[in-house]
Amino acid sequence: MIRYAGKRLLSLVLSLIAASIVIFAVIEVIPGDPASFMLGVNARADTLEALRDQMGLNDPLHVRYFNWVTGMLTGDFGTSWTYKTPVVDLVNDRIWVSLPLAVYALILSTLIAFPAGIIAASRRGGPADMSIMGATQLGVAIPNFWFAMILVLIFAINLRWFSAGGFPGWDNPALAIKSLTLPAIALALPQAAILARVMRSSLLDTLGEDYIRTARAKGLTRRQALWRHAVRNALIPVLTIIGLQFSFLLAGGIIIEQVFFLPGLGRLIFQSISGRDLIVVESVVMLLVFVVIVVNFAVDIAYGAVDPRLRSKS
Amino acid sequence: MTRNIIFGGVLTTLFTGLAILSFFYTPYDIQSLDIPNKLHPPNGANWLGTDHFGRDILSMIMMGARTSIAVAVLAVGIGICVGIPLGLLAAARRGSLLDEVIMRGNDLVFAFPSLVIAILITAIFGASAINAIIAIGIFNIPVFARLSRGAALPIWERDFILAARVSGKSSFRISIEHILPNITNLMIVQGTIQFSLGILAEAALSYIGLGAQPPTASWGRMLADAQTLTSIAPHTALIPGLAIVLMVLGLNLLGDGLRDWLDPRLRRGRV
Repeated sequence: MIRYAGKRLLSLVLSLIAASIVIFAVIEVIPGDPASFMLGVNARADTLEALRDQMGLNDPLHVRYFNWVTGMLTGDFGTSWTYKTPVVDLVNDRIWVSLPLAVYALILSTLIAFPAGIIAASRRGGPADMSIMGATQLGVAIPNFWFAMILVLIFAINLRWFSAGGFPGWDNPALAIKSLTLPAIALALPQAAILARVMRSSLLDTLGEDYIRTARAKGLTRRQALWRHAVRNALIPVLTIIGLQFSFLLAGGIIIEQVFFLPGLGRLIFQSISGRDLIVVESVVMLLVFVVIVVNFAVDIAYGAVDPRLRSKS
Repeated sequence: MTRNIIFGGVLTTLFTGLAILSFFYTPYDIQSLDIPNKLHPPNGANWLGTDHFGRDILSMIMMGARTSIAVAVLAVGIGICVGIPLGLLAAARRGSLLDEVIMRGNDLVFAFPSLVIAILITAIFGASAINAIIAIGIFNIPVFARLSRGAALPIWERDFILAARVSGKSSFRISIEHILPNITNLMIVQGTIQFSLGILAEAALSYIGLGAQPPTASWGRMLADAQTLTSIAPHTALIPGLAIVLMVLGLNLLGDGLRDWLDPRLRRGRV
């Protein structure tokens, strides 16, 4: 197990290094000089040069890369060029929208998908299975931003139960959760559809295993065998998908945040790209990639701990 | 499940047909504005109503189908043309450094939040249909590379491959002549699924203004335009959304149906 974990850890570090180089390189090819963007078209050449110096834009590439990486490792993400505040503070503000939104959506999607998947698998081929599978087909086909628009049309404009957008902050937690509800539902729907399908097929796999037949032969009812043995074993692949979905939800909220005018990480990236605020873009993208890679690593380790066969395989 | 193939095939053919028809005929010209007739709900003259510029929504949907399908097909094409050779190469040289590099490269692409990177790419190189194709296409590469490697590995263990090797064929020729034909079905099925994901991605990019630019019609753009009008003219938001849903649904059903039809083992297993 220790060798397995060590190998995964090594590949984790290598992936992070490779990701940071890729992000840095991509940001470097962006046309447009941030300094001239900040000063406008009428800036004097020497002022421009002085600002470039101050921003470190005149240093050689490897020095800038090194400064960026060591800065991030020590918690210094640099200072935003447009907001004039440390990137850490910006991220700190925004993460308290994006993170709760992702968690909220994940909870909703799990709450919908688990029962749906279990019912579908245990009544395989029946009308309940058919209608649940039909619903998941529809769920994966609906673009979440369109679903968001429909939700706004029904629940914000017609029924007036929720506000159509914006975020009031966490001073009033009930109000904050309420304003995240429609975005979370919009994000959760396609995820729930995918998760329900995975839950169903994973459960069908375990239901076909010999140990289920043994359990039934020992006198357990179908229901008991399902809950005591099948569901537990079926959870392993489902947890992987949940892990992947979490990082997707954190980054994938970008469009939903646009629909609902939520001040989250996605909107921050979007605004920073259009404002050529590269330091924010590279740091936030790196942060998201970091989360994805670490979550995948955690899932791998959890997998290896649960199922010893996997350790030797990879 | 031939029902899936029929239903999915009908929907896919319908939209593809509309897209092809739009090259020769649309009920109205979508370049000309007709402000006095703006925001009409569906009626006899404009079957699907008009938008905020008085343009015919049916004609816009037809032109939009063209954009969506073109972007998605080309993006899947990038994935297939780059991904499958990489996967076959990795499988032919399994266990080597090259295999390791290709597979770790795949993992790396998977680790990036695809939408964020697509936004980054279109923001860097400018918002256009071409850049949307590239941005979506890049994330199709590892999908096909991983799948084709995974499918090719067990085939390499089979006896007829051994026979081909004994007869002196190079691993390149074996990959092309024996491995590729055996994984084609799987690639077709995956291609259908990636096609539908491409439609969704294109819609998302054009919705935030980073896809095809006006006056080119696109479904995502139509939704973005409709967003502030939902309360006074709901049809402007409902119709393009439904077009996306039906197109994606059709492709997914087609993919599912093809998988069951092409792989009898799955058909028995899934009953």
